[in-house]
This record gives sequence, C-alpha cells and structure tokens, in this order.
Amino acid sequence: MLSKLTPTVADALADIPDGATIMIGGFGRAGQPVELIDQLLVQGATNLTVINNNAGNGDTGLAALLAAGRVSKIVCSFPRQTDSHVFDGLYRAGKIELELVPQGNLAERIRAAGAGIGAFFTPTGFGTTLAEGKETREIGGRNYVLEYPIRADYALISAYRADQLGNLTYRKTSRNFGPVMAAAADVTVAQVDRVVGLGELDPESVITPGIFVSRVVEIGDRAWLAGADVTVEPEGAEA
Amino acid sequence: MTGINRTELAARIAADIPVGAYVNLGIGAPTLVADHLPAERNITLHTENGMLGMGPAAEGDEIDPDLINAGKIPVTELPGASYFHHADSFGMMRGGHLDVCVLGAFQVSVGGDLANWHTGAPDAIPAVGGAMDLAIGAKSVWVMMDLLTREGVSKLVEACSYPLTGVGCVNRVYTDRAVFAVGRNGASVIEAFGDTTLDELRELTGLALTE
Repeated sequence: MLSKLTPTVADALADIPDGATIMIGGFGRAGQPVELIDQLLVQGATNLTVINNNAGNGDTGLAALLAAGRVSKIVCSFPRQTDSHVFDGLYRAGKIELELVPQGNLAERIRAAGAGIGAFFTPTGFGTTLAEGKETREIGGRNYVLEYPIRADYALISAYRADQLGNLTYRKTSRNFGPVMAAAADVTVAQVDRVVGLGELDPESVITPGIFVSRVVEIGDRAWLAGADVTVEPEGAEA
Repeated sequence: MTGINRTELAARIAADIPVGAYVNLGIGAPTLVADHLPAERNITLHTENGMLGMGPAAEGDEIDPDLINAGKIPVTELPGASYFHHADSFGMMRGGHLDVCVLGAFQVSVGGDLANWHTGAPDAIPAVGGAMDLAIGAKSVWVMMDLLTREGVSKLVEACSYPLTGVGCVNRVYTDRAVFAVGRNGASVIEAFGDTTLDELRELTGLALTE
C-alpha cells in the first residue's frame, strides 16, 4: 500500500540540495511549518531561494535560516515588520536579493505554476513601480500586467490532519498558502499534527488531495495551540 | 472650523455600507468601522488571509493561533463563517465579488489614484503585502484618512507624489473634515463636517473642489 509517511523531519528534508528553491507556507504563525523550517536550518543546504509571504520574524525559524547566511534570495510580499531585523540587516548590506510581489499576485503566480498556466494578466499592480518593465495589455477597457508562474523544487507546508496517501485537511486561517504551494513544487513535504487511518478523513472535506503531496511527517499536537506565545504583531500600512 | 473624530468617522463610514454587503476593512484605522456594524445589518467581513464571516478580536480563552486576521491579530469566527486558501481569497477580491473595501492612505489623488504602501524614502525597506490587491479589490474602494498631515499638508492631492498603490481605484475619501467623491470627474464634496465650508476645504487642499 502506498504510503507517504516519513518518520522524521530529518528524513523528509534529507535530499534538499544547495541552490534549491523552497516554498514555505504560512501567514504569520498560522500555517507556518515550524518544525520543517527548524530542520532546514539543521540540514545545512545553502544558497537557497525562499518563497514565503514574509521574510522572518525575531531570531528563530526563517529569520535564523537567513541569519545563518543560507538564503541568497527571497520572494515575498511583506518583508518589513517590527521584528524583521535579521532580514533588514542583510538587505541593507546587499547580502540578500529581494523580489517583492503583491500578496495576491504571489498566491496566483504560485497557483498558476501548479495549474500549468504559462502566464496570466492581472490588474493588480498596474501603473506601480512593482510592474515596471513588465508587459501590459488593455483588455475590455481595463489595464493588466503580465505575470509568470512561481514554482519550486520543494514546498514545506503545515496542515492539520493527513492520511498515508497525503490527503490533507487544514484548520481555520492556517490554510493560507498551503494548498497552492503543495501543487507548485516538485516535492511537497507536509507536517501535520496527526496522521489518521485511511478512510478516516471525509473525502468531501479533503482540501489538498494527496496527489500534490510527496511526504507527510506527523509532529504531534502543537503545544502553542493551547494559547501560549501568541504573536499579535500587526503588519501593513499604518496610514 | 470643526471636524469629527476617528470614532465618529468610523461610524459615518459604517452607515454608508449597504445592508448585506461583503466588506474588507484594511489594517489600521479602517478596522474601527467594524465596531459600528450591528448584526441586524447582515454585513459579512472578509479577511484576505482566507476567511469570510470574521468576528471581533479574540480575548482570553477565545485566542486560537490558527485563527488570525490580515493584521495577524487573533480573531473569532461568526456562525456561517468560511475558510479558503490565499489564491481563492485574492481571487474573490480581484474578481470584484466584494462590495466595499476601506483602506488607509498616505495620499489620494482627485482622479482616484491611491498611495498607501511606500513613502518613497530611498532607505526604506519595501513591503507591499496585500495593499495593491486591496486597492483594486472591491466594487467600491473607500479611503479613511485625516485630510491633513501633522504638518498641515493636504493628503487629498492633484497627483500623488508617493509611489502609487493603484491607479484610479478609489471612489470615495472619508476624512475628519469632509467626505469626497473622487474619480474621472475629479473631486467633489459629498458632505462637510461641523461648520466646515466648501471654501475652507478648497483652501486647505488647494484643489478646485466641486459640490
């Protein structure tokens, strides 16, 4: 019987080479594959391109990976936060490349990669500095910018429940980038709170079908779901 | 000349939101609008990280790290809430399914251009988040802001000097002094607050405002 269950996070990430492009799910703490990110730091691959909504917070997780000099480029929508000092320092020192992408374009470009779309026209960003140099077209009286897909070698995501075939369910707003990233990478690794027996997930409730998932690692119930250490760091224009 | 305070302005904006509307409230001052949307008006709040039917901020035991809003603040879910992934959530916006979006701004032009993501300072680290998506992400895009900066300079302008977030995307501007319509026909005053007059607004903004 096919099984994508992988015993440890170390096994799940063992083959990531230097120079890999890696999507990391999550929006804030919700949906962040914390254990996989920590293992990526241990694993040692370097010269990575990371695709994530943010560019790390504080000194742990993605910020620690950046601080260790392992990321050469980051593709994200919102790098600057009150506690993004690691990214800020590297960026100002010219030690990391940034591709800034509006959040919805980021999600849709990732979705396009997984759906086999060659490129698409979107109104988001038209007439702004983030569309400079990009092809534009007027369609039906509205202006659009041509955007290309974003794919990855690996996607690291977090889900709530999985079965051995890699079918996934999510919990509340932690779904965020998980389903689109899962489909856009050659190898998708999902960390989940619990693996359940085959047939225990309601097929009608599966959000990410197992075809998009390569490896599943069970990490156990997350202690911080009990309410400890909740990040309430706001982001966004304070205009 | 008098105006209204932020709470009154939030209530004024809320009063203009149609019954039954789907609404996204941007981070910062626009979130205050939610305090003035009574349940009987059946308004559904969208948060772009992937939820419709968002309830008030979570407190105490309600706090769930898997349930946050676009500002990363723990929130609650109301009966009838739904969750969806980021591409669906932004597709919902881009596809014109939301009725109203309320945003903050550094500047808005009389033609409806919006600047709210970057001050243009050369040493600033750029961060856009969902700002450009929100700017074009609803049938009606409204801005909530003070009319003047702390230095007394009008934020309603002929042409934005800050980098744009969106072109011709704003319909209406709610400020502490007046409500303005903006767009292809330029800026006009919908309502002036207190004893503010049209001439005073013209003087403060330096714009040829119409009634």
